[in-house]
Amino acid sequence: MELIPLILTTIITAATPLVIAALGEHVVERAGVLNLGVEGMMIMGASLGFAGAVVLDSSLAGLMIGMAAGMAMAGVFALFALGLATNQVATGLAVTILGLGLAGLIGQSFVGMPRPPIGLVTIPLLADIPLIGPALFRQDIVVYLSVALILGVSFVLTRTRAGLILRGVGESHGSAHALGLPVLKVRLMAVLFGGLCAGLAGAYLSLVYTRFWSPGMTAGRGWIALALVVFAGGRVWRLVAGSYLFGAIMIAQLHAQAGAIGIPSQFLSMLPYLMTIAALVVLSLAGRRGVGAAGSLGQPFVPDR
Amino acid sequence: MGLMLVPRPHVSRLRGVLTPLAAFAVALAIAAVVLTAMGKSLVVAFQVYIAEPLTSAWGVQEVILKAVPLTLIAIGLIFAIRANRWNIGAEGQYVMGGLFGGAVAIATHGMGGFWVLPLMLIAGVAGGILYGLVPALLRNRFGISEILSSLMLVYVAELLLDYLVRGPWRDPRAFNFPKSVNFDAAATLQPFIEGGKLHWGVALAVLAVLAAVILLGRSLFGFAVAATGEAPRAANFAGFNEKLLTLQVFAISGGLAGLAGIVEVSANIGQLQPSISQGYGFTAIIVAFLGRLTPVGALLSAVVLSMLLIGSETAQIMLKLPFDMTRAFMGLLLLCVLAGEAMTRYRLVRRA
Amino acid sequence: MTTVPAVPLIRCVGLTKRFGALVANDAVNLTVRQGEIHALLGENGAGKSTLVKMLYGLLKPDGGTIEWLGQPVDLDAPEAARRLGIGMVFQHFSLFEEMTVLENIALGTAEARADATLAARVTEVARTYGLELDLARPVWTLSAGERQRIEIARCLLQEPKLIVLDEPTSVLTPQESENLFASLDKLRDRGAGILFISHKLEEVRRLCTAATILRGGKVVAEADPRQETAASLARLMVGEGVKDVRPGAGATSGTPMLVVDRLTVQPEISHGIPLRDVSLSVNAGEVVAIAGVAGNGQSELFAALSGEGGRIVRGTIHLGETDVTRMDIGARRKRGAAFVPEGRLGHATLPQRSLSDNITLSWHATEDVGGWFLSLERLKQAAGAIIRRFDVRGPNSDPRAAQLSGGNLQKYIVGREIERKPKLIIVDQPTWGVDARAAALIRQTLVDIARDGAAVLVITQDLDEAFEISDRIAVICGGTMHAPVASRSTDREAIGLLMTATHRAGEVA
Repeated sequence: MELIPLILTTIITAATPLVIAALGEHVVERAGVLNLGVEGMMIMGASLGFAGAVVLDSSLAGLMIGMAAGMAMAGVFALFALGLATNQVATGLAVTILGLGLAGLIGQSFVGMPRPPIGLVTIPLLADIPLIGPALFRQDIVVYLSVALILGVSFVLTRTRAGLILRGVGESHGSAHALGLPVLKVRLMAVLFGGLCAGLAGAYLSLVYTRFWSPGMTAGRGWIALALVVFAGGRVWRLVAGSYLFGAIMIAQLHAQAGAIGIPSQFLSMLPYLMTIAALVVLSLAGRRGVGAAGSLGQPFVPDR
Repeated sequence: MGLMLVPRPHVSRLRGVLTPLAAFAVALAIAAVVLTAMGKSLVVAFQVYIAEPLTSAWGVQEVILKAVPLTLIAIGLIFAIRANRWNIGAEGQYVMGGLFGGAVAIATHGMGGFWVLPLMLIAGVAGGILYGLVPALLRNRFGISEILSSLMLVYVAELLLDYLVRGPWRDPRAFNFPKSVNFDAAATLQPFIEGGKLHWGVALAVLAVLAAVILLGRSLFGFAVAATGEAPRAANFAGFNEKLLTLQVFAISGGLAGLAGIVEVSANIGQLQPSISQGYGFTAIIVAFLGRLTPVGALLSAVVLSMLLIGSETAQIMLKLPFDMTRAFMGLLLLCVLAGEAMTRYRLVRRA
Repeated sequence: MTTVPAVPLIRCVGLTKRFGALVANDAVNLTVRQGEIHALLGENGAGKSTLVKMLYGLLKPDGGTIEWLGQPVDLDAPEAARRLGIGMVFQHFSLFEEMTVLENIALGTAEARADATLAARVTEVARTYGLELDLARPVWTLSAGERQRIEIARCLLQEPKLIVLDEPTSVLTPQESENLFASLDKLRDRGAGILFISHKLEEVRRLCTAATILRGGKVVAEADPRQETAASLARLMVGEGVKDVRPGAGATSGTPMLVVDRLTVQPEISHGIPLRDVSLSVNAGEVVAIAGVAGNGQSELFAALSGEGGRIVRGTIHLGETDVTRMDIGARRKRGAAFVPEGRLGHATLPQRSLSDNITLSWHATEDVGGWFLSLERLKQAAGAIIRRFDVRGPNSDPRAAQLSGGNLQKYIVGREIERKPKLIIVDQPTWGVDARAAALIRQTLVDIARDGAAVLVITQDLDEAFEISDRIAVICGGTMHAPVASRSTDREAIGLLMTATHRAGEVA
């Protein structure tokens, strides 16, 4: 019976970086911006965060540095896509390529160095619930942070004026601008938040999930986070459900590879990528193709005054 | 901010040509600053990246050869991106081209015959087309973003190749190295001149450029591509079938990427192995943008970026600069190109 | 009636605005008093919108002053105008389709959230001024009249002293217009000043006690509309030199060129209006107009008739004898049909391409443009002919579509189709936002080709235009169509009644 709590715990830790990165990008897309730089922001968080943790000998500091790294890359994206109204798809790609390169450079001196695990936070009583107790209530602090993020993002988007304005800007930046709402400022804030989340997710990968840095370690998780936002169709709960589903798939894939099931490991490694496509196909078949995206998603905005 | 963007009424041709040059210069300047901060010698950098590749016979040939796959893929990308179909996964189609063509080479190993090579090339193109049609069909039928699907398929293609060269296609006499049999002479793209290095892939690249110039500039199909990218409703009004056009541009882009794959595998690598690309599919995106999405521009940009890639191989030894540095520079370059593009469309003015 | 105070609410003296070489407003004087409904009259392009944008802080004047209650003010942003008490209801609404009415109002109201407090305030205002608003409905389900009420509510929540309405009735049925006038009368009675921009003279005469008339950016007259006739106001607005449209032959018995039989269409765009059992025929030599305010299925009908979109569930479309229901737009063009959609830039033309390139869009199916390889010669020739024949004015001999004014671009678009000598032409909103001269030319062109034997179908929001050029008028409402009647045997009142419906978009079965 030791196995199930262990599997549940690993599913949650596998899903956590996806949830965090996807939540950040969700806020960005609700504001009408398509930031394909998530993979680049994530790996910068992983790399710079890891480097910072080694230099300062503190994984917690490393996580914060990872957040800052993600925000810095997001700032670069914002400078071009918001400040100069460049094509958002190409700009996001450029940021990803830049991020991948920089991260490799920064991380090269830190390859092979292990980090000690960060402490777990146990909630008394609740953690003793059989089967699910340990998975849900004895986790590292970032997992709890991710839960707070889920609740926080939901609340702010639906219940506050700030969230209302952000959704309005995303729905129609023309109307928002005509009403005097600060479109570019709102989008900048959203993009920076997205970068913070992606950076944290990346740092989590290198500092907590694997506790090593290796080049290219995000392995496309940034793209999967983007797909999760599409899958969410504007609803946070679907985003969360999709993230944990993917976490489960990744864990299942690992176990299958270890268990020598007979399927070549490369095909098992393909699973997350094929599942991403499959999830989007299912979404379309369920009649929710294209629903939920912000009205002005991806369109550059140039104010006329 | 005290600045705002004001649209320019029209773009002069001169500005259109100078802008990518300016963007490249800015990116170089930034890179020079970074290199100096890292304590690297700018003189050596100049030698490695610019002087060597351009002045030695060996260097020039290498630059032209590396420009071949970049050109082929970029030409295909131009069709797709102009039609607003973002084939980010051209890398995957490149791999599949190499894989399909390589399969023919492996299957015909030892047979010889003039028909082997053309069959390989056709198989490579076919592989690229088929793989490129997948994101196109997913988009047409399910409305799935081609960016996500083509990108996911890159990982799938690479994993498939990895499986094949480590498993069923592994050369049994290769001491457990993950590689296929070496292609024999009939399966290798030969140089123009005995002893030289330039092979027929160069001719294919030039042909692709010429065909693209004619198609994009003068044909109804090229007009349909431009219309679809600029205003889909107008393209629909003209009667251009949007879904058919999606399939067509992905077939072109995938086919050319696949061709690049088999050309590289056949001419330069000579076998199938887990890694048959240096990220040409992604570098080609930068080539296409640096060339302002024009065929001739792409050709020139391919040469420039090829110099960069050649230089970076030497730089790893001479300057201890890992490939990641080049990758970061590519991202920076694309950003500068995009900024330049924005500056052709807008002016920055002080907010009144 | 309250006594009118001596100091006017707002006074513009010598207001001037230039856009490059174009002088949009030239030393304009305008005075609006409290308790007054003041009309700002002028044709499209006369400078009305520019003037009110300056009053609302969206544009900075190049010369002149604005005085509010006797004090000069500098309006540098809408917030400044709002703080003074100026409210504006634009012609084009600033709404968020997927969000509810309450959320939309909240976004347009400073420091407001879409909560019970705001809902209470809105309900109060709605009651006072007779506005019907359903706060929980998403905007995409609303008609144009309902959407306008959101803008009016946003405006009224600020308790404005001056309310500016830019062409408010252009999107309303006659009955909705009456409701609006009732609300405006209430506002006037409470001491507000109202600036009412319009080119609809009968309404202005009914509602307004003062008028300022703009032509070509200058004030050409000030008048009391109650003392003028519609004809005298029209002359002031338009001046001389714009001829009336010579009416057509009124022939309604030619061979049927377009026969639509019980067409039922499911829209393929999100939030489209389904069409139900639409039947219609247009004969050679006649002009049929389909009247209706925006949002009742006009675009969907046009798309179904052109073959551009919409899933045809039932019914047929015939061009002459041929069943074209399953054919695409190119095939329909080959059978003699021509189409002019509502959207000029981005639909009828590619904005960044030249006029000669844009010929290809509709000509490649039927005309000689060089075959597989386009002939630039041929395209330039064709464009030149259209430019000459239809008096298309632009900055150079082959400008980009985006460089033309609305009227000139529309002349090109219509001309491009006319030059193909079609047997049937379908036009959606032929003169929307087009200046008077160009509008007259376009209407005359349509009447003329009908006289020469073509079948002409016009979809229009402008009832006056419908009566001016058509032999028969039909009405589209909520995706259904009322059978056409001879124009001479009906009037605006009767048509207006047909245009009113209690449909709600999204509730059509």
